[in-house]
Amino acid sequence: MNIFVCIKQVPDTETKIKLNATSSGIDPAGIKWILSTYDEYAVEEALRLREKNPGSTVTVLSAGPARVIESIRTALAMGADNGIHIDLPETADNNSIAKALAGALKKEAKVDLVFTGKEALDDSAAQVSQLLAEYLDAACVTVVLGVEYGPAGVKARREVEGGAVEVIEASFPVIIAAQKGLNEPRYASLPNIMKAKKKEVKALKAADVGVSDADQKIRYKNFQLPPPKQAGKKIAGDPATQAKELVRLLHEEAKVV
Amino acid sequence: MAKIFVVAEHRDGRLKKSTFELLGASAAAGHETHAILLGEGVAELAKELAHYGAQKVHLVQDPALKLYSAEAYAKAVVSVLKGASPDIVLASHTPTGRDFMPRVAARMGAGLASDCVQVSLDGGRLAARRPVYAGKAIVEVEFIGSGVQMATVRANALGVPKPDTSKTAEILTASADLSGLKTKVLEVVKGASGRPDVTEASIVVSGGRSLKSADNFKMIEDVADVLGGAVGASRAAVDAGYRPHRDQVGQTGKVVSPTLYIACGISGAIQHLAGMRTSKVIVAINTDAEAPIFQVADYGIVGDIFAIVPQLKEEFRKIKEH
Ligand SMILES: Cc1cc2nc3c(=O)[nH]c(=O)nc-3n(C[C@H](O)[C@H](O)[C@H](O)COP(=O)(O)OP(=O)(O)OC[C@H]3O[C@@H](n4cnc5c(N)ncnc54)[C@H](O)[C@@H]3O)c2cc1C
Repeated sequence: MNIFVCIKQVPDTETKIKLNATSSGIDPAGIKWILSTYDEYAVEEALRLREKNPGSTVTVLSAGPARVIESIRTALAMGADNGIHIDLPETADNNSIAKALAGALKKEAKVDLVFTGKEALDDSAAQVSQLLAEYLDAACVTVVLGVEYGPAGVKARREVEGGAVEVIEASFPVIIAAQKGLNEPRYASLPNIMKAKKKEVKALKAADVGVSDADQKIRYKNFQLPPPKQAGKKIAGDPATQAKELVRLLHEEAKVV
Repeated sequence: MAKIFVVAEHRDGRLKKSTFELLGASAAAGHETHAILLGEGVAELAKELAHYGAQKVHLVQDPALKLYSAEAYAKAVVSVLKGASPDIVLASHTPTGRDFMPRVAARMGAGLASDCVQVSLDGGRLAARRPVYAGKAIVEVEFIGSGVQMATVRANALGVPKPDTSKTAEILTASADLSGLKTKVLEVVKGASGRPDVTEASIVVSGGRSLKSADNFKMIEDVADVLGGAVGASRAAVDAGYRPHRDQVGQTGKVVSPTLYIACGISGAIQHLAGMRTSKVIVAINTDAEAPIFQVADYGIVGDIFAIVPQLKEEFRKIKEH
């Protein structure tokens, strides 16, 4: 099987975000970059599928500036076979990213499965998997908790609201967007980290995958830090008094109950 | 005046409040307000869409729309939009809206701003702001070019308008070619709880590691039920097995913006704040006066949840009975 994983590099969740001088983006200084959490489930699922289907390959793709190659290497160290980096600017929107990934995948002889995370932890837009489905003309199941793999397709369980689960059937090629719970991602072992350094990462440019400026549909601007919150009211007294006073304030002052 | 299309969302035969928010915002700004209503046997719902501001309701009924699927929804929405020259298309950033709207955007060649928390429709152009980096920054979304603008809007971001039951809408029946779908919904397994989803509830009561057991979450559920709210949890509570992952609030859980968020025994780690800091009113109950959750709380109680939460239930019950 030809298995692909699309990944994104994002700031670590503990990272303090500062803005650049013109507020047109964040200050890259001091940011620790990581493989986006949901993408770890995507990589893991691809590796498990390969292990069950000897002769399969797992290729990791990422579209973005040169720094993202480091996260491709992280996925290679987990066990993926090779990588593809598509050079896009820092400001590329989700549409350009999806077009680029689709362009790179269309160059492949055969695509059976594409795994992604259900969203990336930087802008959490949750767009790329579905856009990719449109541009590849492939099936897509998002927020996936479990997959049964058959010879011609999958049966996937996806999380919907209120704790409900949908069971979806789709034939290959299919895009699976991973939710937490799909699996427990492995850690890269030291020998695998060493091996990953020698694995091939193919370099593609935007033009190679048919992406132009016209694919950029939106841009983020006027970055602001959230306004600091006013110090809240502390409610004193014994538990009964505190509870009573809180409910009174919520009812009469905040008017939310 | 712009032509604004709102994709209506319904579940179990009822329209969602978040749909009313979008209709209300469009109508209040004086725009030509269209609703797109999809499903099977849902024609009755058109009336209520009118009460909240829809002037025209585009109704697509098809057996393939009985159960939600992103593909069928996208195709049906696009079949309405093509030829209708929309300026702006809006849907709620619910598990459904966030799933199908990117597909509509791709088919329309439009830009899509996801998960917006502020939306202005003044002058017929969409101005939207959304959080990035888990709410550590907020950005304005610029649409490049003059094409159709699309957005998904977080529930509770705009507020539900008062319905006007004297209003009616023109119903336009449309059909869509829904053949050749690549996915098939085999089954929908319902969740057990009758509570609203944590992302849509206007009140969320959350508990943390300090609850110490799944059974103790009963007291959190009790408060949520008195208020008609949802139950949330910190990751520590989820990892300990007290709650399912779908209840997790935070950067790797659900992002919520209710009018009231009550954090019970939650420390307020940065990843938790990412999921709830845009809530309108935040209450924190924690034994540790230095807990970071107090920095975002509008009302704080330094105290023991096991003593306070049961009292709170009684107090809420009293005002609910009035
Ligand atoms: C990549 C990553 C992603 C993450 N994503 C999330 C996420 O999505 N959501 C999330 O919540 N966390 C997330 N976390 C975890 C986060 O960092 C915290 O560990 C977690 O939120 C802590 O949960 P807690 O507040 O329940 O527990 P603790 O931090 O242990 O806090 C418990 C609190 O309860 C108080 N307490 C104890 N007993 C009582 C009592 N009887 N009465 C009142 N108060 C009491 C204590 O004073 C303390 O403040 C993530 C972490 C990482 C690294």
